[in-house]
Amino acid sequence: MSAASASGNVIRKYLPVYFLLLAIFLVEVFLSFQHFSIGKLVFVLLLLAFFSASLGLMYFMHLAEERRALFLTLIPAAIFVLLMMNMIWGDSVRLLHMKPFAQ
Amino acid sequence: MSETDVAIHGHGALMEESPYAIPSRKLTMWLFIISDAVTFGAFLFAYGYIRFAAANWPRPFETGSVINVIVMTFVLITSSLTMLGAVDSAKAGDKPKAMRFLYSTMVLGALFAALHIREWFELFGRQITISSGLFGQTFFSITGLHLLHVISGVIALFVIATKYSRDTLTPGHVETVGLYWHFVDLVWMFVVPLVYLTNIAH
Repeated sequence: MSAASASGNVIRKYLPVYFLLLAIFLVEVFLSFQHFSIGKLVFVLLLLAFFSASLGLMYFMHLAEERRALFLTLIPAAIFVLLMMNMIWGDSVRLLHMKPFAQ
Repeated sequence: MSETDVAIHGHGALMEESPYAIPSRKLTMWLFIISDAVTFGAFLFAYGYIRFAAANWPRPFETGSVINVIVMTFVLITSSLTMLGAVDSAKAGDKPKAMRFLYSTMVLGALFAALHIREWFELFGRQITISSGLFGQTFFSITGLHLLHVISGVIALFVIATKYSRDTLTPGHVETVGLYWHFVDLVWMFVVPLVYLTNIAH
């Protein structure tokens, strides 16, 4: 296979992922014009964003083609740190309702 | 291994093979990306905290802003596709094609930054600035951090492309900067729904 045709193939190979990412984004825009509660809207949009990001990570960044050891080193650590940041939410809701601090 | 072997083969021969089977510059970029993802995560969680704790949050984005964001997202995702082409062409040894893809990615990145700044000025015209309350502070901090990444990415692409065209750098360097560029695209996928789409004026 010539160099030129090899580089042309990669665009064709990843076009479905590209169109899927655009489609997911347009679905997000459509959903944001619907009258959902803010909590439900954020939940659905985040779910779609995670799906889009996973596609980008696995295919555009080729993480799916790397050794599994790289995935297992990077992703669980990142998810753990991001999950630990979620401890703040209870306090955020408390502020909204102006409830007193826990005794 | 004898001292003679070290003298002939260098210290690299003494080192174990990477468990990830990737060059150290690529692993370094991955580690940077993960730490940067956590930084963006902290910004977005802080935004979410304030957004949920505020009873009356402004929703300043009209249809015009939404169309602008759609175009910006299209431009950024397309730039990821051209970056894929650049990396693949560089690996295949097709330098002219790799350079064309790299320049396309830079142009798309610059276009994204221009649209972003245009959006900012539109908000400034409506008296929404970084000093106009929590919305302004969080909005301009998050989008500003992302814009800084895009501008840095365009500069990095320019430097890598220039040195790659002069054979100072290798296709591996193009691949590494490509990882960074895709990451910038990935972050935008979280910034748009959280910062723009939940603040559309109904």
